[in-house]
Amino acid sequence: MKMTGAEILVESLRREGVDLLFGYPGGVLLGVYDTLFDSEIKHILPRHEQGGIHAADGYARATGKVGVCFGTSGPGATNLVTGICNAQMDSVPLVVLTGQVSSDLIGGDAFQEADIIGITRPVVKHSYLISSPEEITTVIKEAFHIASTGRPGPVVVDLPKDMMAQKAEFKWPTKIDLPGYNPTVKGHLGQIKKMLRLLEGAKKPVIYMGGGVILSGSNEEMTKLSEITGVPVISSFLGQGGIPGTHENYIGWLGMHGNYASNMAMAEPDFILAVGTRFSDRSTGRLDGFAPNATIAHIDVDPSSISKNVKIDVPIVGDCMAVLKQALAEVDKYNWDKNASARKDWMAKIKAWDKKQPFGYDREADIIKPQYVVESIYKVTKGEAIICTEVGQNQMWAGQFYKFKEPRQFISSGGLGTMGYGFPAALGAKLGCPEKEVFDIAGDGSFMMNLQEICTAMQYNVAVKVAILNNKYLGMIRQWQNMFFNNRYSECCLDCQPDFVKLAESFGAVGMRIEKKEDVEGAIRESLKIKDRPVIMDFCVDREENVFPMIPAGAAVNEMLLK
Amino acid sequence: MRHTISVLVENKFGVLSRISGLFSGRGYNIESLSVNNTMEPEFSIMTIVTTGDDAVIEQIIKQLRKLVNVLKVRDVSQMEHIEREMHLVKVKANQETRSEIFNIISTFRGKTIDITNNSLVVEITGVSDKVSAFLKVLEPYGIIEVVRTGSIAIARGSKSTTDFK
Repeated sequence: MKMTGAEILVESLRREGVDLLFGYPGGVLLGVYDTLFDSEIKHILPRHEQGGIHAADGYARATGKVGVCFGTSGPGATNLVTGICNAQMDSVPLVVLTGQVSSDLIGGDAFQEADIIGITRPVVKHSYLISSPEEITTVIKEAFHIASTGRPGPVVVDLPKDMMAQKAEFKWPTKIDLPGYNPTVKGHLGQIKKMLRLLEGAKKPVIYMGGGVILSGSNEEMTKLSEITGVPVISSFLGQGGIPGTHENYIGWLGMHGNYASNMAMAEPDFILAVGTRFSDRSTGRLDGFAPNATIAHIDVDPSSISKNVKIDVPIVGDCMAVLKQALAEVDKYNWDKNASARKDWMAKIKAWDKKQPFGYDREADIIKPQYVVESIYKVTKGEAIICTEVGQNQMWAGQFYKFKEPRQFISSGGLGTMGYGFPAALGAKLGCPEKEVFDIAGDGSFMMNLQEICTAMQYNVAVKVAILNNKYLGMIRQWQNMFFNNRYSECCLDCQPDFVKLAESFGAVGMRIEKKEDVEGAIRESLKIKDRPVIMDFCVDREENVFPMIPAGAAVNEMLLK
Repeated sequence: MRHTISVLVENKFGVLSRISGLFSGRGYNIESLSVNNTMEPEFSIMTIVTTGDDAVIEQIIKQLRKLVNVLKVRDVSQMEHIEREMHLVKVKANQETRSEIFNIISTFRGKTIDITNNSLVVEITGVSDKVSAFLKVLEPYGIIEVVRTGSIAIARGSKSTTDFK
């Protein structure tokens, strides 16, 4: 039986296991939306395409499944671009379906026409323009395969209107034929043995784990390797949760606002095992001060991540999970007591750094310190919530004062640093994991960028909690202007802002304003009782609090400012 | 360092822009790029001449390999290889100078492919050094126009860039 392109598309999505997607209709997508009307796939209507794609991204990060979203041609598609780039930077599997004008109109500057394949080319893992209804099944199958395997990323599929209307037989492909796409899963055993030999001989080794451990779900393998070898683990910002945040071998996360011990330790190891990380500039600081004496082995599924920023001595291309399993199968053949005493000293040295300079703030202050809010959320949720963040100071404090037990608990725009990401991402995370508490730790600046999604949360009874650390500033901008621009607060003051309580209430959501320190915990507890709608908590925090430690731009990891 | 990279790609929509965009987006240099079908119409070979230190070239090759439509990447300049580019050169030539110019063309093994009363069009192929030398010698006569292909290259021996399986 022949089906329309729209029917073939929706059936293909169903076959790929899609049960929830985010999308905003438009002229050229009307055929698709008519088909979706009868589909069992749950459709979430955000109030802005950017909200939709960040929600799909949050859903994907929280569940490990591919996030799916629709936007119509022209402005609908261009509104998705930030979300696509965000997913590409943080390796999030997305299939992004965009409407397109009819193929005979393409190139003629038709109404709502945009060359979205061209516009998104530098920020996608791959993209397709559908050119016949027959190829829809193959393209969708390939798109999900490419998005979710290897180093995950966003795949854009552009859907000309006529392709959705024309009919074809539905033929579901039995296999995928992509001769140019074949990610390496298993690592080279010789290289793995070489890595273990170097690890065995090292006196001051560290494991540096990144988001690859989260994406591959290799947290147990990571923890086991660290325990057997007795090697301290330092994570990247997005690697948090790769081993439990309270584990004795976990030192913290490194980088611009990472903890003192992690950054000090990274200046002097003799060996680094890097796992699923891309040595971003925010993590490494100035490169000549980053582990200058270390031999470095690097496990990564993306060969181009290896030796991109930092020269690698032992490259191991493969999926983190597969390679760590291979390493664990070999690990007993090595003598981990060989340098035990030197390593004990090394661990003691790191622990002493941590004791000397843990993450901290003025706990005695009467005013609400933003860090206290995060700590209270940690306490009240017993460390079990999914924490999404916006971007800026709020994001750093969320990383500093919440300890993550497992992967997919910490959801943050790490690479692109997209303000306005956290709230829609929290919405997607909560839809994907309804049994979990989901918080968006927000700044007043970032939250303003996508707060229209309160409406979406209301419509679908999504009980996300938003904790605005409200300092009436673009806090990180103010901090830099305070520290490096002689206190000239250029365009960072947000004195004019809505009454967030009334704003929440206008949507039918719950709003709270918390002005006293003693009310912080109570408000968070209260928010957990609300199960059918979002809660917006406006914490009036110390306006001038800065994030420390801080590695200034261009400084090395051990050149932190502590106050 | 100058490198000549041979890239086998699927002949699909937008492949050239994915490759040229990769170079411009990541700040890599393209000295020349030439592309055409192989014996099998579904594949093309691109020859890209680029410059960079070893780390940059390594990244270029890895980034190219990451593209879904790219099947094979070889740095042919690291192998025994043959490289050619072709120029069409229009030069001023009148009755007095024509025979001198013919001598130069024959020395460089070029071909005269068009003659008018006051000009000639010459076809010349070779490695770029040779072609540059040719142009230099012709310069005093007055070069009107030069159109050149990019370099194309092939490795010596029986192996082929088109074997990708």
